[in-house]
Amino acid sequence: MMNSPLLTAGRPSVVVRRPGTSPAAPSSVEGRPNIAIEVEQLSVWYGKIEAIKHVTMQIPERRVTALIGPSGCGKSTLIRCFNRLNDLIEGLRIEGRIRLYGQDIFDPSRDVITLRKRVGMVFQKSNPFPKSIYENVVYGLRVNGEGRRAVLDSTVEESLNRAALWDEVKDRLYTSALRLSGGQQQRLCIARAIATEPEVLLLDEPCSALDPIATAKIEELLYTLKERYTIIIVTHNMQQAARVSDFTGFLLMGELIEFDATDKLFTTPHDPRTEAYITGRFG
Amino acid sequence: MSPSRWTSRHWQQSLDLAPVWLSGAMLSVALLMIVALVGLIMGRGFSALWPVPLWQITLKNGSSHLGLIHATEFIPQTGDSVKKPLRRTLFRIGNRDLYGNDFVWIDDDQVISRMHPADVVIIERLEWGPFYGFLKQMRIRGEAIERQGPQLWTVLQQQLPRARRRYRAIQHLQRRTIGDISAAMEQHRLALRRLELRSRLTTPQGQAQARAHQTAIAKFQQQYTHVAEQLNRQREDDATYRIVLTDVNGRTKELPISAIVRTYQPNRLTLVGRVGVYLDRLREFVFGQPREANSEGGVAPAIFGTVMMTLLMSLAVVPLGVLAALYLHEYARQGFLVSLVRIAVNNLAGVPSIVFGVFGLGFFCYLIGGTIDHLWFPEQLPAPTFGGGAILWASLTLALLTVPVVIVATEEALAAVPDGLRAASLACGATKFQTICRAVLPSALPGILTGTILAMARGAGEVAPLMITGVVKLAPNLPLDHVPPFVHLERKFMHLGFHIYDLGFQSPNIEASKAMVYMTALLLLTIVVCLNLAAMWIRGRLRERFRGAEV
Ligand SMILES: Nc1ncnc2c1ncn2[C@@H]1O[C@H](COP(=O)(O)OP(=O)(O)O)[C@@H](O)[C@H]1O
Ligand SMILES: [Mg+2]
Repeated sequence: MMNSPLLTAGRPSVVVRRPGTSPAAPSSVEGRPNIAIEVEQLSVWYGKIEAIKHVTMQIPERRVTALIGPSGCGKSTLIRCFNRLNDLIEGLRIEGRIRLYGQDIFDPSRDVITLRKRVGMVFQKSNPFPKSIYENVVYGLRVNGEGRRAVLDSTVEESLNRAALWDEVKDRLYTSALRLSGGQQQRLCIARAIATEPEVLLLDEPCSALDPIATAKIEELLYTLKERYTIIIVTHNMQQAARVSDFTGFLLMGELIEFDATDKLFTTPHDPRTEAYITGRFG
Repeated sequence: MSPSRWTSRHWQQSLDLAPVWLSGAMLSVALLMIVALVGLIMGRGFSALWPVPLWQITLKNGSSHLGLIHATEFIPQTGDSVKKPLRRTLFRIGNRDLYGNDFVWIDDDQVISRMHPADVVIIERLEWGPFYGFLKQMRIRGEAIERQGPQLWTVLQQQLPRARRRYRAIQHLQRRTIGDISAAMEQHRLALRRLELRSRLTTPQGQAQARAHQTAIAKFQQQYTHVAEQLNRQREDDATYRIVLTDVNGRTKELPISAIVRTYQPNRLTLVGRVGVYLDRLREFVFGQPREANSEGGVAPAIFGTVMMTLLMSLAVVPLGVLAALYLHEYARQGFLVSLVRIAVNNLAGVPSIVFGVFGLGFFCYLIGGTIDHLWFPEQLPAPTFGGGAILWASLTLALLTVPVVIVATEEALAAVPDGLRAASLACGATKFQTICRAVLPSALPGILTGTILAMARGAGEVAPLMITGVVKLAPNLPLDHVPPFVHLERKFMHLGFHIYDLGFQSPNIEASKAMVYMTALLLLTIVVCLNLAAMWIRGRLRERFRGAEV
């Protein structure tokens, strides 16, 4: 009973606008959001192991898209394809296509640095640089050659504000980022990622190392951030996916089993494996 | 609980503790040895300069000696075994110019009397080692000073600063003024030779230049004659200030006052006086020039050479090692070849240092230095400029010797930088190069510094490769001085490690040099410890910066 992922998933489902979750300025026609990222027949091999198998999906603009699945199913591998962070891994092979607003990101004539400026990322383990809070936030600008103090200052304030961290750190911007708490560090990483004004924000299990209060703060934050950014969040916490996301994709052993609006996927899953997973019968 | 059970449990416990006890014991042995070594060096080094009283002893055969107790030993008596072993004492009797020997062994059973004569003086002088005896007379410009005993001593003390000023003036004329004149003349001579070598002497322009150089040489020659006359006058004048000394047996010795380095009455010194003499000797040791084949005076040029060589070495080894490690760890494709390189680097650390010396001599001195000489300093040939031992080549040789230390430490530091940091930097849109410069290297800096310290400590204590790549026992000039271009990397230099070897094993008067050997060893140890402390402090500061404070 091999379901072709082409048949079950990948088909953009009819998206119903959920009341109360509409973006402030939807660039969509009649409630249907634009597509930010299109994934087409994506396969990823680590040497001989196929970690991602023929995944096809469409990620809508300015919505939160969650990727769920048991650990080892390839969520990180998939999300790292969006900013080509997998390029560094030796022996990794990618087939298929990913388009960011219609442009193939694997096109050899396109600059990977430019791509990474458009697609920011936050990691599972918070990883601030051993520098001051200020320098952490402006890192992306500095490597970009931006040195004007006024620009940097305003970016720091704005990014930290958006990451809901400004009030907590505004008096100690020049102290080491490593002295912040775990939750603050993760929000700092978010501020760092959005300081370069990306279009897409990738979050790979951003809350898995945090306590419930810090987690709640970050979930709240996602809710405001999606007004400006297309967000893809990896999580193996289904409650979290249900709470924060508009769309959800379920991955199992490298296959995209199902991709749908979150309320649909959690209430009326099409695939029995999805149902088994969300009802906690495996994974 | 039965006793047998208790015993077995007791045994079990002891067995469990055995590794703790063993490692503790081993650690104690190692620590004890270090403490003993440092203690010996410190004890001998610090006590070497302390002024001790002078003994006057009279022997059964009627002769007398004046000297310091240097060592004692027991000689087992042959034949009658009931007799106590005989003790004999090594006296330092000084006055090498009179006796030809600084030391004499005296059997204790030959001694009739010993005492501390109060008015005995020790004169430390520029030549012939110390004089132990009595101050008899003083003559200034041919006239004897009509004073006796303590009053004469007071007059001498008044004369000493003036004598030192005269001595300094003479030295300045001799070394600085005349040295500069001859250096300038040499420059012009070399310029002439250069013109000749480039066959420019046939062109009118070249001839004009040559004439200019010749006039300059003639001018300097005149200057030289003038200064030499002045020097002669000053010397003659200086030689008229003299003292007359007698030894314990009444033999007299005349000495210009300016030849006195230091003088004191050892048997009249108060504790404060002793401390004064001690500190003055210490000052001379650290800041003074060596005298008497290095066995007296100071080691300032050796300190300078050691520090400068170590700094030059660090300048070379840090970029070399860090770049190599960066390539190996961040850029090279990990595989068989890289593993091979790594093994080779590690084995490099095990190559005997003298082999590095031989390589340095062949590669740096002869090949590179020789080529430089042929290309840029042909006018000096056959005398080498860079083509012989030089502080530059010695530093580079030591850099090669210590580069494995830096590579290994840097690679470890790079491996300790979490991959998440690299990923974070790349995800911010940084290039690989920016990631390494801005995220990886700053995090690895403490580790890199540790490697550098280790390399410096190793390099500062190394002697064998230096002996064939540029160290000399006495260098006329420092590699850094007032003569343009100020830094003279082609010069030979002095080094504390070599100083120890030379004094302890090559000196004609080993017994007299022993104190200097301990002092120098102590100094080298101090320098290495200071280097380590400084680097630890810097590392601590960096850590602190990473943890908090301003970045
Ligand atoms: N660098 C790698 N080299 C080889 N295999 C890898 C590597 N990273 C991940 N994998 C494998 O790919 C699969 C997917 O991993 P990952 O994407 O990290 O899963 P998830 O994030 O969903 O837990 C796993 O089976 C894992 O063992
Ligand atoms: Mg993962």
